[in-house]
Amino acid sequence: MSMGEESQPAGPKDLSDDTRVDLEAEFNDSHVKEVLDTLDRELIGLRPVKTRIREIAALLLVDRLRRRYALTAGAPTLHMSFTGNPGTGKTTVALRMAEILHRLGYVREGHLIAVTRDDLVGQYIGHTAPKTKEVIKKAMGGVLFVDEAYYLYKPENERDYGQESIEILLQIMENNRDDLVVILAGYKDKMERFFASNPGMRSRIAHHVDFPDYSALELMAIAKLMLAEQNYGFSPAGEKAFADYIPLRMKLGHFANARSIRNALDRARLRQANRLFAGKHRSLTKRDLMTIEAEDVLASRVFGEGVPDTDPAH
Amino acid sequence: MMTNPGNRLTQGQFSFLPDLTDAQITAQIKYALKQGWAIGIEYTDDPHPRNTYWEMFGMPMFDLKDPAGILMEINNCRKTFPNHYVRVTAFDSSQGWETPRMSYIVNRPKKEPGFGLVRQEVDGRQVRYTIHSYATDSPESERY
Repeated sequence: MSMGEESQPAGPKDLSDDTRVDLEAEFNDSHVKEVLDTLDRELIGLRPVKTRIREIAALLLVDRLRRRYALTAGAPTLHMSFTGNPGTGKTTVALRMAEILHRLGYVREGHLIAVTRDDLVGQYIGHTAPKTKEVIKKAMGGVLFVDEAYYLYKPENERDYGQESIEILLQIMENNRDDLVVILAGYKDKMERFFASNPGMRSRIAHHVDFPDYSALELMAIAKLMLAEQNYGFSPAGEKAFADYIPLRMKLGHFANARSIRNALDRARLRQANRLFAGKHRSLTKRDLMTIEAEDVLASRVFGEGVPDTDPAH
Repeated sequence: MMTNPGNRLTQGQFSFLPDLTDAQITAQIKYALKQGWAIGIEYTDDPHPRNTYWEMFGMPMFDLKDPAGILMEINNCRKTFPNHYVRVTAFDSSQGWETPRMSYIVNRPKKEPGFGLVRQEVDGRQVRYTIHSYATDSPESERY
């Protein structure tokens, strides 16, 4: 340090160009590692999504260090759009995102307000603006998650109030960047159309994250994770039966990735309970209560008739 | 009223202090939100102390987490009524009814004429006293 610098009062701005700050320490300090680790552990697959989250975390961390040297660079824009098929984990990731942003000090409270068109758009003239603003005020200090955001824009009805809501959102996204992060989510093709007709929205969103579909192996891992969370488990035969079930179900219509898996597991639990109830020996062990057997899975109509269990047409 | 030379209205909390800065207001709101209180913004141009019910500026705000949204509304109100009194009230509903827990002025007219003492002579040469705000001599919304 030169003499001139020494005479200045000590403070964060007076680190010289060669002073070292510890990125590692800063990283440990922010406790963001725990969130990233749970993300890795609890979310199967989703490589591109995790990579992007790591990038964002790194950017915010480096930004924090830069602030030590008084290297100002306005707050980065972190509005995001999550596109992907149903059941690919958009809401779950948004929740984690809120937590990561909170730990890195980008948002003050770190809560997530999940809304859809109904919560933002009013029913008559003059109803939309207060409604949208109320939701925005609730989301301040956290993350506003607009699910199925493309519904906001209805081109077939030019008097639709959705446009008004979009304009208020745009204004807030620009002016209150420090106060909240907006995440728009929806199916890929519909979101593409939404952005095409709202170029202002596209340009204000820095991160377009695409959620890929899960492979059969990933879905199996998800199924096991879901069961473990509810203190269930497959028997070896049950596991094999479910592994057979997944590709069959994937080929059928209305396949909603992890959500379909959860529904299938719920029905398997139902059948398991029924089997235990109908069974002759009523004295059960803890293992009986926890285990999903092959027959619980194989009873699904996916195997016999080739239709999803939920399909009401059959 | 030489005890209050600037004729500053002294109602609610902090009213004998210099006007709160936005940072101070934010800190106060943060405290209220942490207690789980709802926050309303009200305005008036009738400063009489018995004028308890001021006009509401929008709905009271429930379930907010962060003061930024409320500060935004305060600033909207200030923009709409730059020469009115604006106050922030925090309501506690934990008892089953809404109780004001905090109330303080966040905006006041540039010039506050203050109050005059009014004497009314009644039966038996008795004198009744009341106060009268000079501002309310003009009609509503033309007062300041």
